[in-house]
Amino acid sequence: MSFTLILEQSLNGLQFGLMLFLLAAGLTLVFGIMDMINLAHGSLYMIGAFLAATLVQATGSFTLGVLLAIPAAAVVGMALEITILRTLYARDHLSQVLATFALILIINEVVRMIWGSDMPLSAPEALSGPVQLVPGMPYSAYRLLIIGVGLAVAVLLYFVVTKTRIGMLVRAGASNREMALAMGVNIKRLFTLVFGFGAALCAIAGAMLGPIFAVQVGMGENILILAFVVIVIGGIGSIRGALVGSILVGMVDTMGRAFMPALLREVLTPAFASAAGPAIASILIYVLMAGVLFWRPQGLFPARG
Amino acid sequence: MNRALVFGVLVLAVAFPLAMRSLDQVYYVTMASRFLIYALAATSLNLVLGYGGMISFGHAAFVGAGAYTASVMIVEGLPSAWLAWPLAMAVSGLLALAIGAISLRTRGVYFIMITLAFAQMIYYLTISMKAYGGDEGLTLTQRATVGFGLDLKDDITFYYVVLAILVAAVYLISRLVDARFGRVIQAIRENETRMEAIGYPAFRYKLAAFALAGALGGLAGALLANQNSYVNPGILHWTESGKLMIMVILGGVGQLYGGIIGAIGLLGLEELLANHKIGWLAAIYPNYQQHSLLAVGLALLAVVLYAPQGIAGLFSRRGRK
Repeated sequence: MSFTLILEQSLNGLQFGLMLFLLAAGLTLVFGIMDMINLAHGSLYMIGAFLAATLVQATGSFTLGVLLAIPAAAVVGMALEITILRTLYARDHLSQVLATFALILIINEVVRMIWGSDMPLSAPEALSGPVQLVPGMPYSAYRLLIIGVGLAVAVLLYFVVTKTRIGMLVRAGASNREMALAMGVNIKRLFTLVFGFGAALCAIAGAMLGPIFAVQVGMGENILILAFVVIVIGGIGSIRGALVGSILVGMVDTMGRAFMPALLREVLTPAFASAAGPAIASILIYVLMAGVLFWRPQGLFPARG
Repeated sequence: MNRALVFGVLVLAVAFPLAMRSLDQVYYVTMASRFLIYALAATSLNLVLGYGGMISFGHAAFVGAGAYTASVMIVEGLPSAWLAWPLAMAVSGLLALAIGAISLRTRGVYFIMITLAFAQMIYYLTISMKAYGGDEGLTLTQRATVGFGLDLKDDITFYYVVLAILVAAVYLISRLVDARFGRVIQAIRENETRMEAIGYPAFRYKLAAFALAGALGGLAGALLANQNSYVNPGILHWTESGKLMIMVILGGVGQLYGGIIGAIGLLGLEELLANHKIGWLAAIYPNYQQHSLLAVGLALLAVVLYAPQGIAGLFSRRGRK
C-alpha cells in the first residue's frame, strides 16, 4: 500500500463524507427538532439531482444550473412540508414511516412521469481532467471541487447555526421543543424554513454527486440509509454530530472498500477474501453504528442534555 | 371480528383454489399463495410491532435468513420440509435472539435504527455468499418434499400447505396474546417501568417475543423461497422490511388479523393496479399502469391521513384500542 494510494482514498472518503453531511444535516434537524422520521429525505436528494440536470441542460452552464436548482428544491421541500408533512408531526413514528414511505413511491413515479427514469449530468468540461496534488498523484479535479463545496457549506452551516438568530431558534427547538414554543418561537414557520433548508442541502448533494453516481429514479434510497446511520452515530439533532458522523462513515466505507479485500488476503485464502472483502467492507459502517449505539446509546454528540 | 365472519372467510379461502381450477385460472392460486405467505410474515412482525410495541425495521432479515436456509437445504440435497422448515425457523429464531439481545437495550428511534443496521449486515452477508449465488441469487431445482403423497410442485397443494401453516400460526398467536405471556407483553408496551416494578423481567419477555416473531418470519421466508423456487438478496433489502411494516400499519397495528388484511390489501392493490386495466383510471391517465406505484403510494397516504387505526381499525368499534 503506497502513500499516494492511501492519500487518494482518504480524499475520496472525505469527499463522500462531506456529501453525506449535506444530507445528514437536514435529516438530523428534521429528526431532532420535529421528532419526525422522514424517509422521503432521499427523495428530495433525487429531486435536487433531477432539477440540477434539467437546469444545467437548459442554461448550458453547470454552475448556473446547480445554483438555480438549490432554491427550486427548497421550494419543493417547503411545499411538501406545508401540504403533507406538517400534519404528521403530532403522529407517532409508525404513521410517519408509513406516510413518508408512501411519499417515496409517489415521488419516484412523479419524477418518472416528468423526466423518465434517468437524466444525463456530467461534470463541467474544465474540471473533467485530473490535477497533480503531489508529484505522481493525479486526482480528479471535480472531486476536489466537491470537497471544496462540502467544506464551504459546512462552514456556512456552522456560522448560521451558531452565530445567527435563526440558528439560535433552531438549536433551541432541537434541544427542547416545548420550551422553545413556550418562549414564543414561531415553531410552525421555523419548521417550514428548516425543511426548505434541508431540501436545499439535499439538492447540493444531489447535483454534486450526480456526475459521479447516476441521476436516476431510486438514487435516494440507499444513500438515505447511510444518512440515517450518520445521524444515529452523531446523535440525533446535532449538526456537529452529523459532521463527525459523516466524515467517519465516509472514511470507513471508502477505506473499507479500498483496502479490506487486500487486508483479508493477508490472513485468509484469496478466493474467500475476494468474495467476503466487499461484503465486510459494506458491513463495517453498520458495525460501527451498532457499536456506537451499544456503548453510547444517544450517539457521539447528544443534542439533548 | 366475530367468529362467524372468520369462519366464512376461511371457507372461502379453502374453496378458492377449487373454484379457480374449474375456471382454469390456476395463476390466481399462485398469486394467493404469495399473499398468504406475506400475510404470515406480516403477522409475525405484528407480534413485535403491535403487541410488543417494538418498532423493528429489520424483519426482512429474518424472512431472508429463513428463505436462504430452506434454499440451501434443497440445493445441498436435503429437500425434506420436515427438516428444512424447522431449521429455517431455528436459524431465524436464533438470529432474532442474538439481534434482539443487543437491540432491545436501546429505546425508541435508536431501536428502529439498530434493527435496521443488523438487517443491512445480514443483507450484505447474503450478497457475499458466492457459493450460493451471491448477488445473482439462487435458483432451486425443486420444491421441498413433505411426504404423505403430497406434491408441493402442484400449486394447489402448495396453497393448502401455506394456508394450513398460516391458520396454525394465527391460532397460535391468538392464544398466545390472550395467555399470560401475551398479557405481559402488552402490559410492557403500555408501561414498561411499572411492569419492571411489579417484578416482571421485561427484557426477557420482549426478547422471547422478538425471537418467536423472527422464527415465524423465517418460516414465511422458507415458504417464499419454495413458492418462487428462487431466492436472492433482494428479499433482505431494507425496503422489504419497510414493506412488511407498511402491511402491518395498513392492516392494523396490534390487531390479530392486521397482518393478513394489510398484506392482502397492499399486494392486492399492487396486483390490481399493475396487471388489470381499470376503465375509469385509464380514462384519466391512459398510461397509468406504468406508474401503478403512484396509486399505491396515494392509497397508503390516504390511509395514514384518514384511517389512523388501519383497515382493521375501521371495522372494530371506535375508541377501542
